[in-house]
Amino acid sequence: MKNFHALIVGGGGTGAAVAHDLALRGLRVTLVERGEVTSGTTGRHHGLLHSGARYAVNDQESAIECIEENLILRRIAPGSFEENDGLFVAVTEEDVEYSHAFIEGCAECGIPAQRLTAAEAFRLEPNLSAETILAVRIPDATMDAMRLPLRFFASAKSNGAEIKTYTEVVGITKRGNTVRGIRVMDHATAKHYEIGADIVVNATGPWSGQVAEMAGVDVPIRPSPGVMLALRGRLCNMVINRMTPSGDGDIIVPQRGLSVVGTSSWVVDNPDNLGLPKDHVQRMYDEGAKMIPRVLDAPFRAAWSAARPLIGERKADAESGRALSRTFKCFDHADEGVEGFVTITGGKATTLRGMAEATCDVVVEKLGLEAACRTRETQLLPFEAYYT
Amino acid sequence: MPEATVPFKIFRYKQGQNAGHYDTFDVPIDEDTTVLVALQTIRRDQDSTLMLRHSCHHASCGTCAMLVNGREELPCVVNVLDLRSSPVVVEPLRNIPLVSDLVVDMTDFYARVNPADRPYVRHSEFLPWAQTPDGIDSYSRFENCIECGACVSACPISGTDPDYYGPAALAAAWRVVEEPRGRQPQQALNWVDNEKGCWRCHVAFECTEVCPSGVDPGGKIMALRGELSKQKLRGLFGFGRR
Repeated sequence: MKNFHALIVGGGGTGAAVAHDLALRGLRVTLVERGEVTSGTTGRHHGLLHSGARYAVNDQESAIECIEENLILRRIAPGSFEENDGLFVAVTEEDVEYSHAFIEGCAECGIPAQRLTAAEAFRLEPNLSAETILAVRIPDATMDAMRLPLRFFASAKSNGAEIKTYTEVVGITKRGNTVRGIRVMDHATAKHYEIGADIVVNATGPWSGQVAEMAGVDVPIRPSPGVMLALRGRLCNMVINRMTPSGDGDIIVPQRGLSVVGTSSWVVDNPDNLGLPKDHVQRMYDEGAKMIPRVLDAPFRAAWSAARPLIGERKADAESGRALSRTFKCFDHADEGVEGFVTITGGKATTLRGMAEATCDVVVEKLGLEAACRTRETQLLPFEAYYT
Repeated sequence: MPEATVPFKIFRYKQGQNAGHYDTFDVPIDEDTTVLVALQTIRRDQDSTLMLRHSCHHASCGTCAMLVNGREELPCVVNVLDLRSSPVVVEPLRNIPLVSDLVVDMTDFYARVNPADRPYVRHSEFLPWAQTPDGIDSYSRFENCIECGACVSACPISGTDPDYYGPAALAAAWRVVEEPRGRQPQQALNWVDNEKGCWRCHVAFECTEVCPSGVDPGGKIMALRGELSKQKLRGLFGFGRR
């Protein structure tokens, strides 16, 4: 078998999982990242391992994907999660009304959901609002947003993948209409050089439009930031969600000694310039306090923005309908006449492994290889192995 | 709206150069701007070759630790205007090998911490009381250690004795003694009971001073000494080791 060389651009969770998947399938893998690994969107999420319950009413495809990946990740990455489950809490009659569709939706998606009285919920979470009417327990968990992807990087490295940080793509080299590699700047040595590849995977999330443009293809990405607020102290043991359709400030995630309230949503042009709207930070306090009033007097630790990759419809998709999934998108740019270049974007931290599997299936098919995905059953190395 | 323009004096070094130097950048700052955001602004608008480590932006991952005005800090939670300094001086951590600019190589840090075999997060816990709102200062969870390297950077012994395990590794060892959760406390105690371990510390407590997460590595080193001394006394009086 020819030892094909796959080059991945982007060192977030998605790139990490793609590197791990392709290395396990026996490809030669190089990943480049312009900064530190997980320095873009990945490291900044609130640390939720989704049960899928958040999507059980409005987006069941996402919900099913989440619960499947939730269970797989617990199996392949033991020790990475605080497995305290989550609650959806109803604090208004409107919330209670929604709980019926919610419980039904969870059942339809195979998400275990247990209805609790307010008294039962208070026993688990003494800080819940006195307005709490009922709660539903679901298998959310919390993770370290950086250290889970590090386990994918560590495992990829041990299978021969090369992870090049502080290596920024400055151009994409083509022969005719086929991508043959990339030109990079190594910021540690201030030197430019070229890396050749049989296929290039663009895994740069909100930056994927910029990278695609270098290859002359279209990825209609809009960076969509959200604000998060970290408070000192552990306000809850479990992930606390509001029993409403998705909205601003609808989740509080305990992260070891911190509690993170999230999130909001708007759209910007440049993923490197997000800003931090003051009214959004205030909304985290206001909405978070409806679930746990002590949000208002817990000491401030940090407020920050992180950009989701919000993706619109491409011309080529509108014609072919080829996007693999509504929950994340993998584009084979062959449909725009450019070979050797694939983009993966969208999705969420919980589904990184599944996104990688779908992308790598496309990659091996394009290379004419028969190599099945092995990440479902392969236990990941500890995160420290990335460094040592 | 920017409220001020603050000069940042930043340590620069690229591999192959004989020595580092400092570059100064003027950065527009508003009342919410953190040192990390200011550094990203420089990278975006003035010099895309500036290297720094960062990830979570809320003092949870430990990646961005560096020296701000000579003191170990997490720049993601340092407000620029609160510093009341001009310029703001930014340098990489000490006692950890330099890669380039503000980036250090954590390989050696983890090589020292790993033998403690500490669990990173609690698999599951339900506290019967609320640990709030006094914040993480009011109670000690080893998980508060975010492995940022600030304590190692500040430790005078780590700076002079390359064999010393250092405060982060020793705090990790105490964690295993205090709350084993299936780990081997005696193994951790044996590991630190020597002149590279807990007996090497000179009780400067610089580590505890700079720890951004309230882990108190200095206190943990003293606790290791206390436990080992107790065991030795028991041995002297014929009670044997625990």
